[in-house]
Amino acid sequence: MAYPYVSDREVRLLSKGFGDPKARRLDAYVERGGYQALRKAFGMGPDAVIDEVKASGLRGRGGAGFPAGVKWSFMPKEPTRPHYLLCNADESEPGTFKDRELIRWDPHQLIEGVLIAAYAIRAKQAYVYCRGEFFETSSVLAKALEDAYAGGYAGKDILGSGVDIDVTVHLGGGAYICGEETALMNSIEGRRGQPRVKPPFPAAVGVFGMPTTVNNVETLTAVPHIVANGGAWYRQWGTEKSTGTKLFCVSGHVNKPGNYELPLGFPLMDLIEDVCGGMRNGKALKAVIPGGSSVPILTAAECRGVNLDYESVQAAGTMLGCASVIIMDQDTHMVKQVRRMVDFYAHESCGQCTPCREGTAWMAKILRRIEDGRGTAEDLDTLLAMSRQMTGTTICVLSDSAAAPVVSSINKFKDEYMALIRRGERAGVA
Amino acid sequence: MADTPNTVTLTIDGREVTVPRGTTLLKAAKEAGQDIPHYCYHEGLSSPAMCRLCLVEVEGAPKPMPSCVTQAMNGQVVKTQSPLALEMREGVLEFYLVNHPLDCPICDMSGECNLQDYVHREGRDHGRSVEPKRVFGRDDFGGDVLFYGDRCVMCTRCVRFMNEMEQDSRLTVVERGNRSVIDTFFDHGLEGTHWHGNIVDLCPVGALVSKDFLYKARAWDLTHTPSICPSCSQGCNIELHTRDNLVQRLKPRQNLEVNGWWMCDHGRLSYEWINHGHRLEAPLVRDGGPARAMGWKNALISLLDRAGAAAGKGVRAVASPFASNEDLAAFAALVKELGGGPIVYRSARAADEIPLKGYPGLARRRDLTPNATGAGLLGMTRVGGDDGLGGLEGVAGHDGILLVLGDPLRDQSADFGRNAALYAYFGARGGAATEAAHVVLPVTTFAEQEGTFTNLQGRVQRFWPALQGPGAARPAWLVLGALVAQRTGTEVTRSAGDAFAWMAQTVPAFAGMTYDDLGTRGAVVSEPVPLSGD
Repeated sequence: MAYPYVSDREVRLLSKGFGDPKARRLDAYVERGGYQALRKAFGMGPDAVIDEVKASGLRGRGGAGFPAGVKWSFMPKEPTRPHYLLCNADESEPGTFKDRELIRWDPHQLIEGVLIAAYAIRAKQAYVYCRGEFFETSSVLAKALEDAYAGGYAGKDILGSGVDIDVTVHLGGGAYICGEETALMNSIEGRRGQPRVKPPFPAAVGVFGMPTTVNNVETLTAVPHIVANGGAWYRQWGTEKSTGTKLFCVSGHVNKPGNYELPLGFPLMDLIEDVCGGMRNGKALKAVIPGGSSVPILTAAECRGVNLDYESVQAAGTMLGCASVIIMDQDTHMVKQVRRMVDFYAHESCGQCTPCREGTAWMAKILRRIEDGRGTAEDLDTLLAMSRQMTGTTICVLSDSAAAPVVSSINKFKDEYMALIRRGERAGVA
Repeated sequence: MADTPNTVTLTIDGREVTVPRGTTLLKAAKEAGQDIPHYCYHEGLSSPAMCRLCLVEVEGAPKPMPSCVTQAMNGQVVKTQSPLALEMREGVLEFYLVNHPLDCPICDMSGECNLQDYVHREGRDHGRSVEPKRVFGRDDFGGDVLFYGDRCVMCTRCVRFMNEMEQDSRLTVVERGNRSVIDTFFDHGLEGTHWHGNIVDLCPVGALVSKDFLYKARAWDLTHTPSICPSCSQGCNIELHTRDNLVQRLKPRQNLEVNGWWMCDHGRLSYEWINHGHRLEAPLVRDGGPARAMGWKNALISLLDRAGAAAGKGVRAVASPFASNEDLAAFAALVKELGGGPIVYRSARAADEIPLKGYPGLARRRDLTPNATGAGLLGMTRVGGDDGLGGLEGVAGHDGILLVLGDPLRDQSADFGRNAALYAYFGARGGAATEAAHVVLPVTTFAEQEGTFTNLQGRVQRFWPALQGPGAARPAWLVLGALVAQRTGTEVTRSAGDAFAWMAQTVPAFAGMTYDDLGTRGAVVSEPVPLSGD
């Protein structure tokens, strides 16, 4: 079995089914112990499930890394109004492709996680919000869900426990911003996909105005394993504060890009050199974006000694995010690379907040001009000043995300910007 | 610091303020005398906190906070003018100008534009953007509204007004990012909605402009005069915006008891009659021959002479609900003085009310006159039909004293009042039905004088003179008061305030009210209001 690439250093807990076409079937899932954790959870009761997940130290895999069990404990204990669980499968961060794979290879693992989480937060309705382009993915999930309903694993009186939980698969319209949890809620309600002002927080006022928990696909797929084997068992992998395994989506100039499930705290250079088979064509490493396009860039020198857990990556001045590792070699045109990312954010800005609506598009125009050799040194000052005014000034963090690579690339690769600017000046373009 | 159940005390720019719990920082700052720039926030609408212009620094908070939705907390230290707050707001203002066309010289909003004001106050002196600007162009939204997309600051007040107040979602944001633009749904514009003029007022920039007002006047040439909308009995508080002694437009004036921040399109666009020419400019007297213009003194003497001769045959009187309370009270006093008799008035009524759904208590009312309630409180009776005509059968041929105040008598012939021993007409305009009048006296309209109207809730509200009356026209309370004074040998009423005071002394419904106390908000009469003004 060689799902595009595998490594013997992986710990394939969630990704066990990757590359196995049979794994997505209900019978195969049940055969390898599927839905036993759900049965066990019903025996434990909601609070014990939350405690077990807390004990595991499982942190949200969507990017923020907030402890999942703690998040669940924010939900009211005695529901007076309907509770909702939203599974965020709007995987749109450039460089990220783990949730898609988790769903299409092993959908029942997610469904079981969704059901356990819904049970824990006392929700009778869960939605899986799929990215608009996930046609195949969402149809695999919908088929699996149909089988789960038919098998008595979802819907009314699940497994004879008396628990009712409905799960609905919802396909979005194809907007990056709908991966932001409050925009996702608006989208489910049929409104424009725009983030909401917090507070109030989703656990108090969420989708349809009701208490709501939003979890990432990968977070929820880890839940059945934790419930089945216990929180302490899950802690055998990872570090004290970053427990368990994590899917790393590696893309870029390595020999074997792909999804690798590794314990948190795995050395970044080992990921590149060993797991991914080293740099493509023997080129030198230039830069790494460790957590998807929204986080600051690391130079090759900064990558040495960095371990891939939330704390170490933060200590290196960037973020683990959703662990989408983008690897760039010596030939990478950094200005073009950053311009391409900012174009993305300008295109995906929902347009509510002024700094983001105007700032992202303006940044993209300036970067394009620099790339075309018509930039000036003052443009770099303007970009840095704008970045400051786009960070922490908006409802969500999209504009912060657009500013982060601009700032880090100017700080770390200023010579590349200046080379383009000087070349333009010499040619008399500017 | 005082932390009571109902209030919190915080420090804003070094000043301690105590505000009710739940107050936003923006409002609390206002208490402290600090006006924080804002676009998307409007007191009458929901707060999406999306323009990001009202950011302030709050000690201990990791990021600048939007003051429009951040609630004041006890002991909070807020800095609206700190370097951080100013830097962030300056950034937002510069972002606005990246795509703004800066076409102020041809923009209707120029001079009363928040973008101009804020940029002058807190913005950079030079923008840094050299990129080509995004262009949307112009769109006709239907109704009275034109949309200049390039000027839009995307505050969405207009969308929210239509959703939350009119509750008829005619507008939306189309596309996202900086391609976002306000638009109507396909070919369904604002036609058929009745309150859409308010979105022009709400627009903080020149993106939504009134077709009616387009290119008519520069904002700085307009004089603003507080007034009351005369187009129905709701009594919306408005401003008359005038230039060259002409009303150029009407704008709502905030009064939470009556109309909030809003007024209807019917009222907003019904002002041309105020500017209309063909006015009575001098007192006219007919004594057998053709009408002769003469001075006020002689005209009034002529009227009183005739009245003396006609005494004993009773008085019939027609008043107008467009006249002020003081005019009507003086009219009633003159009728009484000349022997007494019934006073009737006519008012047009629409088939239905047009409520503003999101603001309970506000509607374009059925009665399309401003002071039918006042007329009722002064003992006058409504006659005629819902078209505001008819009902004068017993008056037209009366052979005693016939007095008319304001009613244009459009449905009456030249024979109206032909049999009267004295027919005196007090009005702004003449007409066929004034041809038999012995005395025609020119009076001013509400826009040319001071006074009060009583709305359908019994709220007595003041208006102020915005225009110069034509020729020798005088307020009716002055003319009528002079006639009464002449007959009774009392002092002539010299001001609208005195006329009001006299009314408050003599008419029980207005007892206890003073002109000064009415202020700009008005006060409700002490008697139950007859349900005539619905």
